[in-house]
Amino acid sequence: MSLLEMSGLTKRFGGLLAVSNFDLSLDAGEIVGLIGPNGAGKTTVFHLIAGFHAPTSGKIRFKGGSIVGSKPHAICRLGLTRTFQIVQPFAGLSVIENVMVGAFNRERDAVAARRLAGEIVDFVGLGPRRDLPARSLTLSDRKRLEIARGLATRPEMLLLDEAMSGLNPTEIDEIIGLIRRIHARGVSLLIIEHVMQAIMALSHRLVVLHHGEKLAEGAPGEVARDRRVIEAYLGEGA
Amino acid sequence: MIARAAGALAVAALVALPPLLPKYHLEVLISVLFWAYLGIAWNLLGGYAGQFSFGHAAFFGIGAYTSTLLLLQVGLTPWVGMVLGGALAAAFGLFEGYLSFRYGLKGPYFSLVTLAFAEMLRVVGVNTKAVGSSLGLVVPSTRAAPEMFMFSGKLPYYYIILAMGALALALTWKIGRSRLGFSLAAVRENEDAAETAGVDALATKLRAMALSSFLTALGGTFYAQYFAYIDPTISFGPGVSIGALLPAIVGGAGTVLGPVLGSFVLTPLSELTRYVLRGRAGADIMLYGAILVLVISFLPQGIVGLVRERRARAGRR
Amino acid sequence: MTGGLLLQAVVSGLLLGGVYGLVASGLSLIFGVLRIINFAHGAVMMLAMYTTYWLFALAGVDPYLSVILTAPLFFALGVVIQKVVIEPNRSAAEHNQLLLTLGLALFFENLALVLWQGDFRTVRVAYSNASFMIGEALVEVPRLVASGGAVLMAVGLFAFLRLTDVGKALRALAEEPEGAALVGINVARIRAAAFGLGSACVAVAGALITPFFYVAPDVAESFNIMAFVVVVLGGMGNFMGALAGGFIVGLAESLGAAFLPGSLKQLVVFMIFVLVLLFRPQGLFGGSRDR
Ligand SMILES: Nc1ncnc2c1ncn2[C@@H]1O[C@H](COP(=O)(O)OP(=O)(O)OP(=O)(O)O)[C@@H](O)[C@H]1O
Ligand SMILES: [Mg+2]
Repeated sequence: MSLLEMSGLTKRFGGLLAVSNFDLSLDAGEIVGLIGPNGAGKTTVFHLIAGFHAPTSGKIRFKGGSIVGSKPHAICRLGLTRTFQIVQPFAGLSVIENVMVGAFNRERDAVAARRLAGEIVDFVGLGPRRDLPARSLTLSDRKRLEIARGLATRPEMLLLDEAMSGLNPTEIDEIIGLIRRIHARGVSLLIIEHVMQAIMALSHRLVVLHHGEKLAEGAPGEVARDRRVIEAYLGEGA
Repeated sequence: MIARAAGALAVAALVALPPLLPKYHLEVLISVLFWAYLGIAWNLLGGYAGQFSFGHAAFFGIGAYTSTLLLLQVGLTPWVGMVLGGALAAAFGLFEGYLSFRYGLKGPYFSLVTLAFAEMLRVVGVNTKAVGSSLGLVVPSTRAAPEMFMFSGKLPYYYIILAMGALALALTWKIGRSRLGFSLAAVRENEDAAETAGVDALATKLRAMALSSFLTALGGTFYAQYFAYIDPTISFGPGVSIGALLPAIVGGAGTVLGPVLGSFVLTPLSELTRYVLRGRAGADIMLYGAILVLVISFLPQGIVGLVRERRARAGRR
Repeated sequence: MTGGLLLQAVVSGLLLGGVYGLVASGLSLIFGVLRIINFAHGAVMMLAMYTTYWLFALAGVDPYLSVILTAPLFFALGVVIQKVVIEPNRSAAEHNQLLLTLGLALFFENLALVLWQGDFRTVRVAYSNASFMIGEALVEVPRLVASGGAVLMAVGLFAFLRLTDVGKALRALAEEPEGAALVGINVARIRAAAFGLGSACVAVAGALITPFFYVAPDVAESFNIMAFVVVVLGGMGNFMGALAGGFIVGLAESLGAAFLPGSLKQLVVFMIFVLVLLFRPQGLFGGSRDR
């Protein structure tokens, strides 16, 4: 049984078909990359999985049960959470407090939640900045914070939406390392990324989305050589 | 350390000094604590959860009317009546909150809905003979009967509102450090992010609503017993709604002590302007309006915000 | 309920509706561009009514004629309020700006109380009692003029917003705050213009009703809350919707008054208000504007 499975997933915004008849299945322990030109519908897929939008049609199952119609917090409690492409920290709270919000899902008690959060803050490398307000962080640190908050909910599956965009090569390398360590902790990942070397290096499998439809799927090497994929990217000038 | 000593001193003064105060000063102090209390109650929803209610008079009025009607009609002691009023107000708050939050109302839209609900209750009150219509209700207060929430002199009322304020403050403090407090902050800061972090935004806001409306209603009963008179405009009018939110905003919304500091500044200020400008109807409120504009302009984060900023600037964290 | 009474209620409602519509158009303009609920709107109206009153009482200026003076005067007041009080607090929390307007409202209302006491004043002009009948319904001429004038003014405002550069900039700002700044619109200036125009609208409404309405410091409080209702009904920031909303609320109120005892008519208005807020927060006429 796959961990996360969707079939016939479709989302229509008025006249626009943002996601069309999309199938995808992920096994526990996998890292799958979701790529595609701008506006392909990648973020929309995340919104659908995480419960932010209701699909127009289609099924989504997590750990065997349907999660269509569930609210994001309920899906999070089941063990699936996501990060946002445009980072959304709790700006007025400190780093550790941001992460504690997530930690309270697994720990009722504030002392335990703080301990768990502290551990995760260290894990993502924000230890030295744990008491700074989130609004004072650099973009790179905000991206880490976003990941830390998700991790604190102890997910089995984490969806990362462009965790590296806007970062410099050194920072990108650090995030790649971080993702590897997250995976090593037993978390399965679905990753949207425009940074090609990164996604090629990380993913066990790549899925290409174009105009809301699945264009290709397979091992990173194969997909990168796929003519249609190359055309899709060149055609968009991306 | 210094802050702690000052705090202990303030508490000691609040407990020990009032018996020595002249009547007028005691009344002002009761007023300060009363508005501080309502501010603390409002702060749970408006400050911590970030849902800016402009209609807390609805809960206040429900509290005042429930306990008073029960007292007048069936002779039930307001000590029990106030709990029933609180429960009723919480139920009403949940109804109002569920409707609003269910449909995603935020910011000014939520403010307007709460205002409208309070105004509706006011109109109903004015037009309902059974609750005294616009004439209001007089609470019997001739004899001293502690078991009926009736006392001779002001001092007992002072200690009651002091205790209510202290309890509400302790509750706020405790919530702020608990899971609920973090959920409230998360929802206030960013609802989508809160949801991805496993926070049930709707349930969180409803909890804040229930607590806040319950506490506000207790304030309504206190008011009815202390002033021995209520009418729909006093109880459900915008005056109480504004009076509840101002101390919190001026002191520092979403902070434990904010409403208290706010009330200790605002209430004496309004008493003072009233005293200085007596004999000139409206002059005091005119000045108050001007001061309000100035305070909001120069203390956008409230008194607590200013203190924090100063501290951060001084480099002491 | 006789047909005559019903007709009378409808006529009264329509006559009231135009004035509500103009008051609300001004409020809606301010909300649309500035995104703040202006609690001082009614107070500005009240000040305009006093201005009209004093122009009449001291200089014998006809209330309708005085519009020529009050409109620019209150435009200027609106600009000053925006520039001096609201604009400097732009970056503060949304509710802070609401409280600023609340402080202003308290200030203005009580300023009037201090200056002119609480007595009701009236402007008696030759046409104050003029009226005629439509079927069984009485139509008071000053109310008709007020409603008609209000509609004219509102239509003038729409034309202004559609046709002039400033108007287009106002609309751009209401629709796309960031975009407007990007295309080089002087945003602060346009915001001041919005507050000025909104205030001028409500001032004209105030002037138009003085021939048949009393003048007192708290006269406009009820108008203020009614204007919120109308604005929400029409869709916040939707100026045309506000005018239509004015008529709906005017009708609801006068029909409520005909059917219900006491002041319960207000209940009808508030219920419509809450229902619209909950189920169509974008207003009755709006598309799917985000909340
Ligand atoms: N809430 C919405 N309402 C209407 N259209 C939307 C909405 N969200 C997304 N869209 C549209 O759906 C399409 C897919 O958007 P989406 O954000 O999923 O793309 P993406 O693949 O994540 O792009 P990018 O790489 O730029 O982040 C776009 O055309 C977008 O404009
Ligand atoms: Mg995207």
